[in-house]
Amino acid sequence: MSELAQTATLTPARGRLRSAAALYGLWIATAVLFIVLPQIFTSGTALTTMSLMGIAIIFALSYNMLLGQTGMLSFGHAVYYGLGGFLAVHAMNTVLRDGLPIPLPLIPLVGGFAGLLFGVIFGSVSTRRAGTAFAMISLGLGELVASSALILRNFFGGEEGITTNRTKLFRIFDLSFGPQYQVYYLIAAWCLICMIAMYALTRTPFGRMCNAVRENPERVHFVGYNPQVVRFIAFCLAGFFAGIAGGLAAINFEIVNSAYVGAGQSGLVLLAAFIGGVGFFIGPVLGAILVTYLQIMLSDVTEVWQLYFGFLFVGMVMFAPFGIAGLLMMHEPLWRTGTLARVLPAYALALVTGLVALTGVILFIEMIFHFTVKAPDGPMMSFLRIRFSVATVLPWVVAALLVGVGGWLFRRVWPIATGAFHEALAHARERRQPA
Amino acid sequence: MLELVVVSTLNGVLFGMLLFLMASGLTLIFSMMGVLNFAHASFYMLGAFFGFQVSRRFGFWPGLVIAPFLVGVVGALVERYGLRNVHRHGHVAELLFTFGLAFVIEEVVQMIWGKAPVDYRVPPALDFSAFTIFSTNYPAYKMFMLLFAVAIFVVLLLVLTRTRVGLIIQAALTHPNMVGMLGHNVPRVFMLVFGVGSALAGVAGVIAGPALVTQSNMAALLGPILFVVVVVGGLGSLSGAFVASLLIGLVQTFAVAVNVSFADLLTALNIPVPTTFLTDIWRVTVAQVAPIIPYLLLVLILIFRPTGLLGTRDT
Repeated sequence: MSELAQTATLTPARGRLRSAAALYGLWIATAVLFIVLPQIFTSGTALTTMSLMGIAIIFALSYNMLLGQTGMLSFGHAVYYGLGGFLAVHAMNTVLRDGLPIPLPLIPLVGGFAGLLFGVIFGSVSTRRAGTAFAMISLGLGELVASSALILRNFFGGEEGITTNRTKLFRIFDLSFGPQYQVYYLIAAWCLICMIAMYALTRTPFGRMCNAVRENPERVHFVGYNPQVVRFIAFCLAGFFAGIAGGLAAINFEIVNSAYVGAGQSGLVLLAAFIGGVGFFIGPVLGAILVTYLQIMLSDVTEVWQLYFGFLFVGMVMFAPFGIAGLLMMHEPLWRTGTLARVLPAYALALVTGLVALTGVILFIEMIFHFTVKAPDGPMMSFLRIRFSVATVLPWVVAALLVGVGGWLFRRVWPIATGAFHEALAHARERRQPA
Repeated sequence: MLELVVVSTLNGVLFGMLLFLMASGLTLIFSMMGVLNFAHASFYMLGAFFGFQVSRRFGFWPGLVIAPFLVGVVGALVERYGLRNVHRHGHVAELLFTFGLAFVIEEVVQMIWGKAPVDYRVPPALDFSAFTIFSTNYPAYKMFMLLFAVAIFVVLLLVLTRTRVGLIIQAALTHPNMVGMLGHNVPRVFMLVFGVGSALAGVAGVIAGPALVTQSNMAALLGPILFVVVVVGGLGSLSGAFVASLLIGLVQTFAVAVNVSFADLLTALNIPVPTTFLTDIWRVTVAQVAPIIPYLLLVLILIFRPTGLLGTRDT
C-alpha cells in the first residue's frame, strides 16, 4: 500500500504508463484484499473491527483533504460526520415509515449530501479565513453544534440518541444487511469508492491548487485563483465524504447520538490523520487503521490506554511530524536500492533498548494508576503476567532501573542508528546516479 | 427582579475576573510566540488539583502559593523542552503539540486523581456568608475570589507598565530581534512569560477549585470558553481580553437566569407557535441556550470583526 504515495511522486514523463498500470493494479489489489479479509479473519470481533476501520479510513481521508491537502487545521470535523449520521438515521426511519423504494446501500449518500449541505453553510462562514482563525472558527462551530445537539431534542434525540433498524428497508438482491458480514461488505465497497474518488481528486488540477493554497496562498492569488474559493470547495467536499462516513456509522451501529458531533470525535480524527501522516495520501489510512485497532485492543489491556494514545500523539508531533507514512517514505530510497538490510542491525539495537525503557515507563504508569485510582482493589497487580505488590519497594526500583538503563543505552545507540541510516542513504544516492 | 440583577452582576463579574486571570496569560503567550496554547485551561486544572493536594497536607493558604508555583514550573518546562523544539516545524505543529498536551494532562489527572470530583473545600476561615442582599446570602469565599482576582490584575498591570521587566516583555512582544540585539535573552523571556502565564492559570484554578467542581473534565469545560474570550477580545490585546472576559462572564450568568423562550414571546403577542419538525427551536429558553451563546458570539465576531473587539492584529 505504501507504493500508493510513491507512484504519486514519480515523474510523469518517465513512467506514466508504468505508474498508471501500477496504480490500477494497486486498486484492484486493494479490492481483492477487502474481499478476502473476512475469509482470513473470521471472528466476530475481527469483522466488527474491520467495519469500524473502513468507516475510520473514509473519515480520516476526508479530514486530510483539509489538513494535509489544503493546509486547514479543523477542530470541528466531526460536525459533518455526525450530522451526516443523524440525517442518514432520519432518512432510514422515513423510508421505513413510508415504505419508500430506497435500498440501504444508498443511505450513505444521504449522509454525504447532508455533510455537503452543512459544509456549504458552515464553510461559507469559516473558509473566508485561514490559519489560526480558521482553526478557532471550526472549534467554535464544533462546540456550537455539539451544544445544540443536547438542546434540540426532537432532531438529535437528546442523551440517548436516535435509533433505527437497518434490516427492514427495501431489499435488493434479497440482502437483509442483518448479519455483520453483509454490513462489512457494504462499508468496504463504500470505502473503496471513496478512497478512489479522494485519490483521483488529488490528481486533478483542483487537487493541485489545494496544495498550492496550502503552500503559498499569495502566489495562488497571483496565478489568478482565489484561495478562498479553493478552500471553500475543499471544505465542502471534505464535508461530503465525512457525511458518507457518518452515514455508514449510522448503518453499522443503528444508533446515532450527540457524541457523534462532539469534540472527542473531532479530536480523534485529527489524531488518526496526524499519527498516520498528513503529508501522504496513504498516511490517514494507516492512522485510521492503527487508531481504530488501538481503541479496541488497547482498551481491553489497560484502563489508561488514552494516556498512551496521547503520548504517542505528542511524541509524533515532536519527533516525527510526518507521521508513520513519513517514516516509511524516508526509507523508500533504501528499499529501492536494496540497502535497507544495512540499517537493520542498528535499528534492532535501538528497538531493543527503546523497548526496555518503554517497558519501564509503562510499568511506572500502570503502578501509579494502581496506586492511586485503583487503591481500593488492594496492592496486588500483574504486569506481563508477573504478579507483585505495589506496596513494596522492589517493583519501583525495577521500573526505575528499566527506565534509567534502557534510556541511557537508547541514547547511546540512537546516534548509531541515525548514522547507519544516513550512510545507507548516501550509498543509495550514489547507486542511483551511476555515471 | 432587582435581587436577580445584583446577584447576577456580582457572579458575572466574578466569573469574568476568573476568566481574565487565565485569558491574560493566554493572550500574552500568543502575542509572544504566535501560538494559541490549547493546554492553558489544563494548567488551570493542574492548579486546582495541586492546590487540593497541598491543602490536604498543609491547608488552603500554603496551597495558594505552592500550587501556582508548581504549575509555573511545569509550564516553563513545557516551553523549554517541548514547545521550543516543535517551533521549527511551524505553527500548525505548535498548535497540535499543545492540543496533544491538553489531552495528556487530562489523562494524567485522571490517572492520579480519578474521574470523580475530589473533595476540595473552602477554607474554614472564609466559610461564612459575607452579606445578605435581599434574601440571598452571598458567600465570603466568593468575595475573596473577586478581590484576589482584582488584586492580581492590578499587580500584573503595574508590573507590565511600570517595571523594567515589564518594559522588556512589552518590547519583546513587538520587536524580539531588537531586544535580542540589546543583550537580553529573548528565549528566556519567552520561557518566563510562559511560566508566569501558566502560574496565573494555576492561581485561577486554586481559587476556583473549591467554589466550582474540581474534576478531571474542568479543563475541557472551560478551555473553549477561554478561546472565545481571547479571540473576541482581540488576539494579543490585554485590555481586549479584560473587556471580553467581563462580557462573557456577565452574558453567561444573566442568560442562565432568564427563563423565557421564543414561544413565550409569541404567545404574549398572540401569535400561534408553529409546530414543525424543529419545534424545539421555538421552545428552548434563553437559559437553555446559555452554553452556546459564547460560541455564537465567537463566530459572529470572527465574521464581522476579525481583529476582535480591541485587537489590532488580523489573525
